[in-house]
Amino acid sequence: MSGDIQAITMPKWGLAMEEGMVVAWHVEPGSEVGAGDDLLDIETTKITNVFEAPVGGLLRRQIVAAGETVPVGALLGVVADPAVEEGEIDAFVTRFNESFEVEAKEAAAAAPETQVVEVAGLPLAYLRMGEAEGTPILLIHGFGGDLNNWLFNLPSLAESHGVYALDLPGHGKSGKAVAKVGLEALAETLAGFMAALGIEDAHLVGHSMGGAIALQLALARPARVASLTLISPAGFGPDINADYIEGFIAAERRKEMKRLLQMLFADPELVSRDMVNDLLKYKRLDGVTAALRAIADAVFPDGRQAGVLSPRLADLAVPLQVVWGAEDRIIPASHAADLPDKVRVHLLDEVGHMPQMEAAGEVNRLIAEIAG
Amino acid sequence: MAKKSFRQAVNEALAQEMRRDPTVVVMGEDNAGGMGAPGEDDAWGGVLGVTKGLMPEFGRDRVLDTPISESAFIGAAAGAAATGLRPVAELMFVDFMGVCFDQIFNQAGKFRYMFGGKAVTPMVVRTMFGAGFRAASQHSQCLYPIFTHTPGLKVVIPSSPYEAKGLMIQSIRDDDPVIFFEHKVMYDDEEEVPDEPYTIPFGEANVTREGDDVTVVAIGRMVGFANQVADKLEGEGIGCTVIDPRTTSPLDEDSILESVEETGRLVVVDESNPRCNLATDIAALAAENVFDALKAPIRKVTPPHTPVPFAPELEDLYIPSPEKIEAAVRDVAGHRA
Repeated sequence: MSGDIQAITMPKWGLAMEEGMVVAWHVEPGSEVGAGDDLLDIETTKITNVFEAPVGGLLRRQIVAAGETVPVGALLGVVADPAVEEGEIDAFVTRFNESFEVEAKEAAAAAPETQVVEVAGLPLAYLRMGEAEGTPILLIHGFGGDLNNWLFNLPSLAESHGVYALDLPGHGKSGKAVAKVGLEALAETLAGFMAALGIEDAHLVGHSMGGAIALQLALARPARVASLTLISPAGFGPDINADYIEGFIAAERRKEMKRLLQMLFADPELVSRDMVNDLLKYKRLDGVTAALRAIADAVFPDGRQAGVLSPRLADLAVPLQVVWGAEDRIIPASHAADLPDKVRVHLLDEVGHMPQMEAAGEVNRLIAEIAG
Repeated sequence: MAKKSFRQAVNEALAQEMRRDPTVVVMGEDNAGGMGAPGEDDAWGGVLGVTKGLMPEFGRDRVLDTPISESAFIGAAAGAAATGLRPVAELMFVDFMGVCFDQIFNQAGKFRYMFGGKAVTPMVVRTMFGAGFRAASQHSQCLYPIFTHTPGLKVVIPSSPYEAKGLMIQSIRDDDPVIFFEHKVMYDDEEEVPDEPYTIPFGEANVTREGDDVTVVAIGRMVGFANQVADKLEGEGIGCTVIDPRTTSPLDEDSILESVEETGRLVVVDESNPRCNLATDIAALAAENVFDALKAPIRKVTPPHTPVPFAPELEDLYIPSPEKIEAAVRDVAGHRA
């Protein structure tokens, strides 16, 4: 009856993750766990996050104890029906661990890598995950971010959909010689990206400035957009934390970058040394400061948002939901007030400007729901 | 992003800056090789191949093979820098630097000051240093303290390929004379290095490990050793913060002092001889500024006050090892205040 035995394995959060440490279990062996319940906390070199149970059932074993570090894909625990005997579970664990080494090598060989497509002369880096047919999901990060902002979302969404995440112009591994940098130009670049990859329409998920870009594209070309999930989006009001934007453009030093990144999260402890170092490595590349300066001058001139698109929502036929952290210190959640009734607004408590990281499970469910 | 060696990282930095800025030139003994002699051009590309490929791309006007006269070509580099070029001069082994101290200390290092701030000297002197290459006492020294001691010079000691590329580009773009130290046993070390040009600012230490119990300041090749020790001891519950200053002049004093204030314990690992080296300097810095925070004596891990031995067994014994670093960390961690 090994079909009733389910393996809980170390997830892969982000391209660079090779191993993770179990910080704490939330469920004791012998207890029932529901799919989507908080199962355990996992710490990577970049961030600590809660791992939700991928399946429901009786947690029979905790294979990896708190404090232990194991590779991605390793067996963390076993969920099985009460009828399954202990001996069967022992055999399952033995078989799993024997085949794990081989599978780990195959998985490493098949791991997704960023690809590059040229749009209007500028190389754009992107990641594609998921084999599912049908309308794909396209993830668009915010100002100063990159496709790794979706590390907790990509693997989960890829189970049911084809998922694309791109690096916007001037960001991540995309070209830094940006020419057109306003919201409309960035939305046209996004349309060009979709066209270059043969994506007719997509469920757009945009974070912060990426939210405004997604909304701008939906307003300009509604046929290209199957649905919109806008996370802590720009484009809904005039306010933006100018200290953050200007500080991020200017930051060269570790301490300053850490201070800024801590503004993004409700829990500042989430900002790790690796996260700070990754951002500094990006900021040091030739052309980045100029690109960020140009984009900020166009999208957030004089410390205000240039494009407030929300008054045009009434005319928009595309299904739309908005997700906002109640403790957002970059763009205030009050921008989500007074929206038309057809807009579903999800206000998340104890979450800052990065709901897709701080409340990844909830955000993944909302995206999967609207994308069908 | 591809893995690149330390050698490739420095080479790529030089090539990218030469493409970007026509005033950047490189010069040194056998930087290409074969100058004025029959046979293969670019046969050497520098004594350990770091400048290989530059001469074919940029020509002999910008890749200069110099006579074996350090005083002449370092002086020429200083003059070129003062008059509009950005020379990168390779002085093969830092052990040979003595013959051109005047050009470095009294000329290049003093121009800005002596001319009332009106002159700049954007010169880089690349030089190999360090023990472990079985090259005996005249080719193995670790002389960065002498240059750190001298105002007017900037002193850069990269600890990895990523660091080497970003610090080299920063060195070339900097308007002051920079002495750039390349550890000769690290040339084949590999890590991921971006293809694009990037700069790492001077005077900003890198924190390569974080822990609550002991601050370990390490320089150059010693950073990798300190990281190994930190990883090992973390499993035993001894947390180390490892700080790589990157540049010893300017020195990021704040990062060191703030960390020692938090941990209360300091180990400094320095491959240079112990009298008047960076370990004594950093130990004094901490003792003077954060004495009240200290929970244990400051420990220095350095070679002995001897020349670098030629006998391989003795040379290995001479170099600060992960084992010696571990012993020092355990020693200070054992002092529980």
